[in-house]
Amino acid sequence: MTLVLVDEGVDAAADAEATVAVAHTLGGPVEAVTAGAAGESGLSDTLATLAATGVARLHRLSWPGAAEATPQARGAALARWLTTERPSAVLAPAEGRAAEVLAHAAARARLPLAAQCVTVDAAVDGEWTVTRERAGGVLLEDARLTAPVALVTVSRAAQAPAPAAVDRCEVVEHVVEPDPVAARARVVGRTAAAGGVTLATAPVVVSGGRGVGGPEGYGVLEELAGLLGGAVGCSRVATNNGWRPHSDQVGLTGTRIAPELYVACGISGATQHWVGCMDSRVILAINTDAEAPMVARATYAVLGDVHEVLPAVVEEIRRRREARVPGQDRAEAGVELRSGTRVP
Amino acid sequence: MNVLVCVKRVPAFGASVPLLDDGSAIDTRQLGFTIGPHEECAVEEAVRLVAAHGGAVTVLSAGPAEAAEQVRSALAAGADHGVVVETGTGELDPSATASAIADAVGVLTDAGTRPFDLLLFGTASADAGHGQVGARVAAGLGLPMVAGVKGVEVGDSGVLTLRCEAGDGVEWCRVEPPVVIAVREGLNLPRYPSMPGRLKARRAAIDVLDGAGAGGGLVPLGLRAPGAARAGPVVLGHGADAAGPVVDVFERLGVV
Ligand SMILES: Cc1cc2nc3c(=O)[nH]c(=O)nc-3n(C[C@H](O)[C@H](O)[C@H](O)COP(=O)(O)OP(=O)(O)OC[C@H]3O[C@@H](n4cnc5c(N)ncnc54)[C@H](O)[C@@H]3O)c2cc1C
Ligand SMILES: Nc1ncnc2c1ncn2[C@@H]1O[C@H](COP(=O)(O)O)[C@@H](O)[C@H]1O
Repeated sequence: MTLVLVDEGVDAAADAEATVAVAHTLGGPVEAVTAGAAGESGLSDTLATLAATGVARLHRLSWPGAAEATPQARGAALARWLTTERPSAVLAPAEGRAAEVLAHAAARARLPLAAQCVTVDAAVDGEWTVTRERAGGVLLEDARLTAPVALVTVSRAAQAPAPAAVDRCEVVEHVVEPDPVAARARVVGRTAAAGGVTLATAPVVVSGGRGVGGPEGYGVLEELAGLLGGAVGCSRVATNNGWRPHSDQVGLTGTRIAPELYVACGISGATQHWVGCMDSRVILAINTDAEAPMVARATYAVLGDVHEVLPAVVEEIRRRREARVPGQDRAEAGVELRSGTRVP
Repeated sequence: MNVLVCVKRVPAFGASVPLLDDGSAIDTRQLGFTIGPHEECAVEEAVRLVAAHGGAVTVLSAGPAEAAEQVRSALAAGADHGVVVETGTGELDPSATASAIADAVGVLTDAGTRPFDLLLFGTASADAGHGQVGARVAAGLGLPMVAGVKGVEVGDSGVLTLRCEAGDGVEWCRVEPPVVIAVREGLNLPRYPSMPGRLKARRAAIDVLDGAGAGGGLVPLGLRAPGAARAGPVVLGHGADAAGPVVDVFERLGVV
């Protein structure tokens, strides 16, 4: 049997879809497990997602104090439960807390763990073969995993056929012993991720690097991002210089994004930055250096100084908007007359 | 407050990653070495905590003898003591790395170092990205661990409140030391080492421990670059003259 470790909640369940698909390629039944869920709220979404991906059983591990449990405590509980269940493999999505929980389970169970895998091949004589992403995916590592139970986190870049749905996913509750060491750390508060246009979800990201020259240089990037309904990003040089907050950083140790359009202004395109933006649909590089790797890898390029190019682009957008305005004005006035209210 | 920071020596590559012809490893002949951004923040946080609450920062790296270079850069940034655990040049399985580190903690404590209150790690190493060495050290030493940390607050009684970020939101954890903590870049803005710091670091004595690494269950077979490079860009123009073609593209994409 292959187990998929999931977190409860809509987003977490959606994140697990690729992992569940990979689990189905390993042969044998696939079941799911949660260790110390944060409450009942996300359960029905989780069950719906699991059923839709062909998983008919969810094991829920709980213990007194589970609501305050850290990922370590949850991993310890999972490790304890695994000793009686003996699955052949446990898979978790590489992003998010399930991966952290699995790392702790591996540490407690003294089992090896292969992280960030894009392919997992079922064991021959207890030896699994995996391909792992390294350095954010610019490198692939083929590796052998020798273990009685294969513990694997699955990269979101992994591809597997979508499994057939089942009617419903049943819940099996298990009460396990809490872990005294891990319980010395307690979760005392939680907040969900912020909604709205964030760097991670924006359809357009306008990013600036060393070529922007300083914190004031981002004004025009903000203007352009505003006109395009997008967010502003940056390279690590910008964060390290204190020009932008780290929450704006795109890349391996920043945020990984996949917008429709990525505008890279004065960014050279080091691999650690590239892995954060390479899933963008279209990339426009603005750079003085025609040889910059970001230019070579972009869909479109403008060769030139960001301080000249960006103001000209902003002005061109405004000029075209104004040229369209008379027609728009009439349309808006019509709406206003009929509804009698004005949208601010 | 006695703090240990664990840092890994990793190759510093830029726009491409050169590999040896047989794909067995990164070709480091033309490369410099560094430590990852998460670990830079761990060093900075340790130095700040000790400046505010007293104690000492020990920085430790397991790897080849050359890892002393990375330990010295942490000393230049304000750490007090340096330790290299020599495990050879080959790449270690994360459980082997963790036992080398956990053993070294035992040796240091036996040799009279005050027990560590905080053991700081990065969330993931910059090259291998296993995301598990800290968890394994915590398990080996029987300590609680909190990861993904982007904020450390020390309360009056020494109790720590930690802000932990994951994709789906923020968790606040409370724990009393000793504890293992894995931090994320963005926790702080690491300082540039000062000139006196650099000079001091160059002369500092570094403890060397023998840490012959045991094998583990994860064995790399080879490295390769993923295929599918993009075909070169469409150049839309030079300087301000490109504005028209750029906005044409924006219109085609439907973003204006
Ligand atoms: C382990 C590790 C993790 C890392 N993680 C990240 C990460 O998450 N995100 C990240 O971004 N980096 C990361 N880095 C750093 C990365 O290697 C690069 O150092 C960084 O991305 C470079 O930023 P940059 O492109 O802004 O600067 P540079 O590399 O200095 O490039 C500046 C570019 O701007 C161009 N330019 C200069 N002036 C102008 C102008 N007036 N107009 C137009 N173009 C101009 C230059 O031609 C050049 O191409 C990481 C590094 C390591 C070792
Ligand atoms: N060889 C090493 N020496 C010292 N610390 C290490 C070493 N390898 C990993 N670490 C620490 O463990 C963290 C997680 O590493 P990893 O599990 O490889 O992703 C790193 O950010 C470092 O803080």
